[in-house]
Amino acid sequence: MTAYTPTHVGSVTKYVMVESFDITPADLALRGYEISKGVMIKETCFGLVISGKEEEVDRIVTELRKIDPDHIFVKDRGFPPGDARRCRANLGGARPGYNGLEFEMSIIPYVSHGLEALKNIDEKTVPPMENPLERPLLDIYKLKKLIDAQES
Amino acid sequence: MVKVFIYPATSLILSDMVARFGHTPLSSATAIRERIQTAGLESPPLQITPEEPKKGLKWAAVEVPAGVRGRMSLYGPMIEACEAAIIINDADLAFGCMGCARTNELIKFLVHQKDIPRLELNYPKNDDEGVKFVAAIKRFLTELGEAK
Repeated sequence: MTAYTPTHVGSVTKYVMVESFDITPADLALRGYEISKGVMIKETCFGLVISGKEEEVDRIVTELRKIDPDHIFVKDRGFPPGDARRCRANLGGARPGYNGLEFEMSIIPYVSHGLEALKNIDEKTVPPMENPLERPLLDIYKLKKLIDAQES
Repeated sequence: MVKVFIYPATSLILSDMVARFGHTPLSSATAIRERIQTAGLESPPLQITPEEPKKGLKWAAVEVPAGVRGRMSLYGPMIEACEAAIIINDADLAFGCMGCARTNELIKFLVHQKDIPRLELNYPKNDDEGVKFVAAIKRFLTELGEAK
C-alpha cells in the first residue's frame, strides 16, 4: 500500500440539481459564475457541482435556490468535481451513485408539487401519510411492480 | 439546529428537505468526505481501509461480514451523533450496487433502539402523496426546532 495524500482538504462539495420547466443548468451556472468568489463550479446535465470553502459554497447555494426554490435541490458530495476515483470520464459508464439520483429524480416532481402546495396551505392541516410500519398489507404499487417483473 | 440522520443516507430529497427546513442532515457524503480528506494509506475508491471493519466491531459482531462492519464504521458514528431521524422504508435504491441489505437492517434497528424523535415514511407515488410527504417532513422538522 502506498501513502495517500489528500487534495482539496477543508473544502466542501455540493450538488445543485434542477428539475424545472423554467430553469436550465446553464442558467444556474451563469448565475453561479456571476456571484462566485474562488470556488469551482462545474456544469453538468442535471445541474451544478460546486466545490470550495464551506461558507462560500453555502452562500452561492442560498442565492441559487432563490431562482426557483421549489425545483432546485441540493445535497452534499464526498468527492471534489472530476476526482479520478469517481468521475465517469475516467471510469466509463454511469457511476454507482447515479442509480440513486436517477430514482429520486423520478420522485422529485411530486416533492416539488408538495413544496408549491404548502405555500398556500398550512402543513398542520394536511393529513399525515400512512405509517409504513403499520401497513403490512401488499399495496397496489408493489403488486403492480411484481406483475411487471413477471411479464418482462 | 438539530442533527438529523437520514435513511437512505445518500438521499437527495431528504438531505435537501432537512437543510431547507433549517437542520443538519447526517448523510454518507459527509462521512466519505471525512475519509478522502484524511491522509493515510491509499485505498481507492472510497478510502475505506482495513481499519474500518475493525472500527465497525463496535456495532456488529466479529462473525458479521467485513462489508457490513466497514459500512457501519461510516454510519455508526452518525447514528450515535444524531438527535432525530427520518427513515424512508421503501427505498429500493439502498440495496444493490448502492448498498447492503444487512447493513440497512442494522441501521434501521439501531435507529429504532435509540430514544429520539423519528419519522417513518414511504416515497410519494403521486401529487397528493407529495403534499403529504413534504407536509409530514416540514411538521416534523418544525417541531424539532421548537423543542430545541
